[in-house]
Amino acid sequence: MKRLVVIAAALAFSLALIATLLELPAATIDLRPAVAENLAASGVAHPVTAVLLNYRGYDTLLEIAVLLLALFGILALGLERQVCTLRAAERPLQLLARLASPLMVVVAVYLLWAGAWRPGGAFQAGAVLAAAAVLLHLTELLPGWLQPSARLRWGLAGGFLLFLGVATAMLARGALLEYPPAHAGALILLIEAGLTFSLGLILAGLFLFMTCDEGGD
Amino acid sequence: MSLALGFDLLLASALLWSAWRALTTVRLDHAVVVFIVFGLLMALAWARLQAPDIGLAEAAIGAGLSGALLLDAYGALRRREAERKAP
Amino acid sequence: MTSGLLFAIVGVLLFTMGGAGVLLLDHLLRRILAFNLMGSGAFLVLVGLAQRHDVADPVPQAMVLTGIVVAVAATALALALARRLHALTGRMELPEADDD
Repeated sequence: MKRLVVIAAALAFSLALIATLLELPAATIDLRPAVAENLAASGVAHPVTAVLLNYRGYDTLLEIAVLLLALFGILALGLERQVCTLRAAERPLQLLARLASPLMVVVAVYLLWAGAWRPGGAFQAGAVLAAAAVLLHLTELLPGWLQPSARLRWGLAGGFLLFLGVATAMLARGALLEYPPAHAGALILLIEAGLTFSLGLILAGLFLFMTCDEGGD
Repeated sequence: MSLALGFDLLLASALLWSAWRALTTVRLDHAVVVFIVFGLLMALAWARLQAPDIGLAEAAIGAGLSGALLLDAYGALRRREAERKAP
Repeated sequence: MTSGLLFAIVGVLLFTMGGAGVLLLDHLLRRILAFNLMGSGAFLVLVGLAQRHDVADPVPQAMVLTGIVVAVAATALALALARRLHALTGRMELPEADDD
């Protein structure tokens, strides 16, 4: 009974929504010209990066805070802490992972650098870094994490703190997160570098802190 | 133009089909793998929507990282069930 | 029909499919999958609808990029909660609150 009601409601909802989509009037607000006009003053030449780190810097700042909170949530759940041991994995697999992971770090740095003028940026670079860590863990080269050490804690929070520091430094000049056009490019690159590093650690941590709660064997 | 539309329709139906299979496949590990396929198809869809930035992130995060997380959770579940039954 | 509009419609269907899945499925891992489908659908609507005249719009694209990263963090947190529940109770379903 419940199944039928839910399916009928879902069907009705999607039909109504699709009908609305097809009849939608033209949007009254178009932000594309505003983005294009201010691109020269934003410090980067790629519009998506400009939106993420300049026009809508708030979102990105709060996003990294949310990620950090999610990681705290996982740590606070108190997974059963047991020592994780590295098991013997297949040698060719390990060799492949050893070859691939430095390349992935290079790709991450390239993505970070290229984000200024073409698709790329801190998020993608951080994701590639995290993927490299997961790959190393799956081939038994990198143990899972139990408790974050002091250094790791700084690494996890560093991107957020750096971003927050730059944002508050801008407060002295007038508004939060309003970069001077002359230095915007360098500041964005600095923030993005911190974000990439911390994002990589946080996203890897989401996996590596959780994977250890079994205690292996 | 019609070729592009054909590709879009194919991609759209593949997306819907893989989403449907991820929810209805009986075996859970198959469902997770189909979900990873769904993530990769989403990356293609973002490329079709002229959003290569999202495509890059989706391929690395949606397919790679989420897939690893889900498979790891499934493996932990299986291990614990086996431990519960064995002793 | 432009690809923006087409994928927005696909997004609506994915959203409702995921929503129905969250309501109907019992296994928590599958519910998390369904929840992710809902998220992907919402992202497709957001970007597809803004680009229904086939011109790329960087603002929703940047929003969705942020959203994807938050979605994976939410997934990880949900999985951690589900695994904790399974470790404590041995079940992978939430206890039934209502009577039907």
